[in-house]
Amino acid sequence: MAETLVTDLTVLVLSLLVGFEVISKVPSTLHTPLMSGTNSIHGVVVVGAMLVAASAHTPLGYGLAFFAAVFAAMNVVGGFVVTDRMLEMFRNRPHAHSVQDLPTAEPAGRTSARSDLS
Amino acid sequence: MSGSDAAIHLLFLTAAACFVLGLHLMNSPATARRGNLLSAAGMVLAVATTVGMLARDGVITVTGLIVLIAGTAAGAGIGLYAARTARMTAMPQLVSVFNAVGGGAAALVAFADVVRLGGAAGLAHASAQTTVASGLDVLVGAVTFSGSLIAAGKLQGVVSGAPVVFRGARPLNVTLAAVALGGVIAIIAGHGGTIVLAVVAAAALGFGVTMVLPIGGADMPVVISLLNAFTGTAVAMAGFVLDNRLLIIAGALVGASGTILTLLMARAMNRSVAAIIVGGFGTGDTAGTAGSAAAAPVRALAADDAALQLAYASKVIIVPGYGLAAARAQHELVELAGLLEQHGVDVCYAIHPVAGRMPGHMNVLLAEAHVPYPQMKELADVNPEFAQADVALVVGANDVTNPAARHPGSPISGMPILDVDHARSVIVIKRSMGHGYAGIDNELYTDPKTGMFFSDAKTGLAALAAAVGTLVH
Repeated sequence: MAETLVTDLTVLVLSLLVGFEVISKVPSTLHTPLMSGTNSIHGVVVVGAMLVAASAHTPLGYGLAFFAAVFAAMNVVGGFVVTDRMLEMFRNRPHAHSVQDLPTAEPAGRTSARSDLS
Repeated sequence: MSGSDAAIHLLFLTAAACFVLGLHLMNSPATARRGNLLSAAGMVLAVATTVGMLARDGVITVTGLIVLIAGTAAGAGIGLYAARTARMTAMPQLVSVFNAVGGGAAALVAFADVVRLGGAAGLAHASAQTTVASGLDVLVGAVTFSGSLIAAGKLQGVVSGAPVVFRGARPLNVTLAAVALGGVIAIIAGHGGTIVLAVVAAAALGFGVTMVLPIGGADMPVVISLLNAFTGTAVAMAGFVLDNRLLIIAGALVGASGTILTLLMARAMNRSVAAIIVGGFGTGDTAGTAGSAAAAPVRALAADDAALQLAYASKVIIVPGYGLAAARAQHELVELAGLLEQHGVDVCYAIHPVAGRMPGHMNVLLAEAHVPYPQMKELADVNPEFAQADVALVVGANDVTNPAARHPGSPISGMPILDVDHARSVIVIKRSMGHGYAGIDNELYTDPKTGMFFSDAKTGLAALAAAVGTLVH
């Protein structure tokens, strides 16, 4: 067995174990942002898209690299932005429950006012 | 190893450390946002390092550079737009779409690498690492791509949420799987090139469709978790193809996360992962139980009576379910909770792991409606509290509150449920006596201490809030 394969397998197994350990401590409250966050982490395949774009030299190779880049960039950018949007809502606001800030369509300004309370 | 090689490896290692620490910070809502930003910083570092590596090697052609920049810009623009504009109720389908493109990208990367090697001739001389990883990457990535798109379609309502079963579906499924696996074996054995790989990709795309179509909408939390684990695997395989350890580490982290969530969801639904993938929940016995629906009497409540019970309670536990999300009534619910709190009632939310359409979905919807996260309680923490609650208010949840799960002989026997029936009284807001996903009667509804408030979640909660408002002012 080639030496790189052995090293790669070692890295894979240890990363899986670290992954199980770290992820099992995430509370179920955060499972949606967790999934969305891990989703954006697998967007690291954008590095792979860059590497194949650099080594392409045929029209087919360029075409595949183009779509790989589109998909991976969409994954990584969209994933991080939407996870941040979700996590921004998870705040501990003990007194934010007053009636006046409950209506669904609230002015944008009030959100920032409330974040000062938390 | 030259100096700059070592620097590149160390920078990739730093990026990987950012991912792990970022996920670690997700263990509390207070630090989770920082965790996500740390992961994003790791991603920026990884991309910057790759740019530096490409600049150093100088092998990229002008065409390659244009292709890369145009593709990245287009993808980033689409991703940014979708992430900014999607509603919180649409999160499951958006996450599914991002999952699909991630898997698709991993498959394309492996495919492009095989094309670079020169197809069959190149593969014949490639190492086992390359052939095995390329074959599996294309297989898993393509299944994830089409499977996640179908799942997103079901969640969005574009594809029927009901299990889609057609004549010959099972044999077709098996044939596609056999063709895809056969192709991968041919490639590993050194008998295949680009064309065989294209056949593998096509068969795997078909298999992804036929795998997800027969799975019902309510099983989606399990399905999208599983597909998330698949993408992680595909990305780790892409790491083996390109001999890039950052991809291996990131892929393994996602694979671990997806696997844990899949098992948690399956357990919370009282089903095995295999049973869900094979499809159909109680498909054989639903017709039999449907006839006995009107057997026991139920007590119907009017809005005023329900409001009285709520306003004069000292502790109320709210049990939100998918019906709440479907009616987009989370804001009405929180308005009612706010009124009760003002009146001195202790209010909290009991959240079952499968409430919603993806793991933790209900928590996101409530957070969007500004519920502080300490009020959202998990199953194990909240169950002992029901005994102290004066009222349990069930909105759009059904099977997860059914006491039938505690005794044998029911399709949901053994399923973890919320002990709603331990509360002193129960109010259920529901449109009709219709069945939940399991297709069985809910014993909770015929319990003498349960009052049924027949209404759509949104209008029902608004009516309750109005009635409570007149009582407390």
